[in-house]
Amino acid sequence: MISYIVRRLLWMIPTLFFVALITFILMHAAPGGPWDRDLSARQVDPRTQELLNKEFGLDKPLFINTEGGNPLDSQFFNYIGGALRGNLGPSYRQRGMNVEDILFKPPEGKPIWNSKFGYSLRLGLLALGLAVLFGIPLGTIGALRRNTVIDYFSLLISTIGISVPSFVLAIFLIVLLAGRLKLIKIVQQDWSSPGAWIVPGVILGFGTFAFITRLTRSQMLEVMQQDYVRTARAKGLSEKVVVARHMLRNALIPVVTIIGPALAGLVTGSFIIEQMFSFPGSGREFVQSISRRDYSMIMGTTLLYAVLVALANLTVDITYGFLDPRIKVGK
Amino acid sequence: MGALLEVKDLRTQFFTQDGVVNAVNGISYTLDEGETLGIVGESGCGKSVGVMSLIRLIPMPPGKVVGGEVWFEGRDLLKLDDDEIRQVRGNRIAMIFQDPMTSLNPVLTVGRQISEALELHLGLDKQQARRRSQELLELVGIPGAEGRLDNYPHQFSGGMRQRVMIAMGLSCNPQVLIADEPTTALDVTIQAQIVDLVKRLREELGMAIIWITHDLGVVAGLAHRMIVMYAGFIVEEATVKELYSNPRHPYTLGLLGSLPRLDEDRPERLRSIEGLPPDLIDLPVGCPFYARCTWRIERCLQENPPLAFVAHQHKAACWVDVTGVTA
Repeated sequence: MISYIVRRLLWMIPTLFFVALITFILMHAAPGGPWDRDLSARQVDPRTQELLNKEFGLDKPLFINTEGGNPLDSQFFNYIGGALRGNLGPSYRQRGMNVEDILFKPPEGKPIWNSKFGYSLRLGLLALGLAVLFGIPLGTIGALRRNTVIDYFSLLISTIGISVPSFVLAIFLIVLLAGRLKLIKIVQQDWSSPGAWIVPGVILGFGTFAFITRLTRSQMLEVMQQDYVRTARAKGLSEKVVVARHMLRNALIPVVTIIGPALAGLVTGSFIIEQMFSFPGSGREFVQSISRRDYSMIMGTTLLYAVLVALANLTVDITYGFLDPRIKVGK
Repeated sequence: MGALLEVKDLRTQFFTQDGVVNAVNGISYTLDEGETLGIVGESGCGKSVGVMSLIRLIPMPPGKVVGGEVWFEGRDLLKLDDDEIRQVRGNRIAMIFQDPMTSLNPVLTVGRQISEALELHLGLDKQQARRRSQELLELVGIPGAEGRLDNYPHQFSGGMRQRVMIAMGLSCNPQVLIADEPTTALDVTIQAQIVDLVKRLREELGMAIIWITHDLGVVAGLAHRMIVMYAGFIVEEATVKELYSNPRHPYTLGLLGSLPRLDEDRPERLRSIEGLPPDLIDLPVGCPFYARCTWRIERCLQENPPLAFVAHQHKAACWVDVTGVTA
């Protein structure tokens, strides 16, 4: 088991290398650069740009240095070298800040989870928690009470969740809850109270909740038809035991497998919600860095998300082995 | 010996989108203590639904037992409430199923699956239930029973899984064991082993057995009495010897005629019964076997023959006397 985990972790190295390479190629294929300004604004003059390029090493070749000297003295390999030492490079747009500081450094005197990435991670966990907490029971009840009002209600809610984009839902809820009912603030500035988190958490997790509901329901419907459920009933077990011990154990295996990737998706995909609620998370940094061509920031956030997805998948694979005895992990 | 189980005019229907399926159409029979009753018939003739209706295991909806009585230990099982019928299931009347591959829960150990009935019905604690489960696995001939308790179903072969099923069925010393085609999914040598095992257990434990099969060969050496079903009706009922030597219903004749025989001088092509069974949604008024019957007369079209005595301990549902015809 331990050797399996170690091997999987080692496999992350080539994975991350190629994620970095592909991101780097795509990023430089896009026109423009970090010093470009809005055409209406005052431009950075060419002389200064040259100096800046020299300062940040952007005058070097992209991949292979063919102009003599060390062939690996290029932008890409210098970045990789820095990243290996834990230095994700300076942000080109936020003066005097390193990428890792922007993502992981909490404000003065605050704990680590008040960093930007910490905020996003917490919001993602909250969204996932809500999705699981409500999705699994609703899907289960929908399947058990098939074709009743409860089932139609669960279908309605989950169809809305899958088809309505989160930003539409966000605007709707902001207008309703903040504009009309004055239950929450339109621009939330204090994120220390748990109440402030609920609305963005609900909106972020809604799609996942809908997906989990649908998946649980369809899995339950399939499991309910299985012969071993009939066997369980033939033993005289009560319906509660049949559902909990014999049905759910089997039906939830696929649900658990999607939880890992779902968390990664929620943490990395929260930028729209963060934008709408002016939430101080890392998602906004990610999206803004792309439009600003803040190269080091793009690389840093992409790699961070890649690590997150890889770890989530690894966790799921390991959990799978515990849930389904037919699957052997670690061979 | 008095009747242990008495089924009277049992009717089960399934309410589907295409219409009402008449799966079981008023069957009556008795099962004596310690007796083994074989129920034969082709697929879809209501054998399984008929016995599952006894302990109300048919899925509701779409299925429903619409009529009849099932008398067992002085009570009508069809009138018990859900809690009461659960105390009968797995405890007084146990059931084992056709496909041991799919009838065991893949994510629970076999020890857990056997012991849950013991804890429920006999009130054993975890330790006692585990010890008893091990004894049961030994009883059904699983080698290394103690270590096997913690195995999962996929770690057993088909025959071994059916042994586990039988151990599970016998765990609470039931009065009646219902076996729904328990050997159909197994290969022939394993079939023989399972039949021998059930015979031995019957001697040791003395339970009555209802054995459902479509294989007349398997059941011949096992059952005392046989019921032949067709389209949800019982068409013939007799002791095993009587049924095989003196069949009185054209369908039984057809079934026996379709068996391969090794003792004939010149093997012929297997004879099959021409045609298909009637649509259970739209049953004919007369005899359900009319369309396929070679002995049919005018009366068969108008009236469905009732099951009536044709000899000592022998009933058949046919207007025509087919005595003396060799199968």
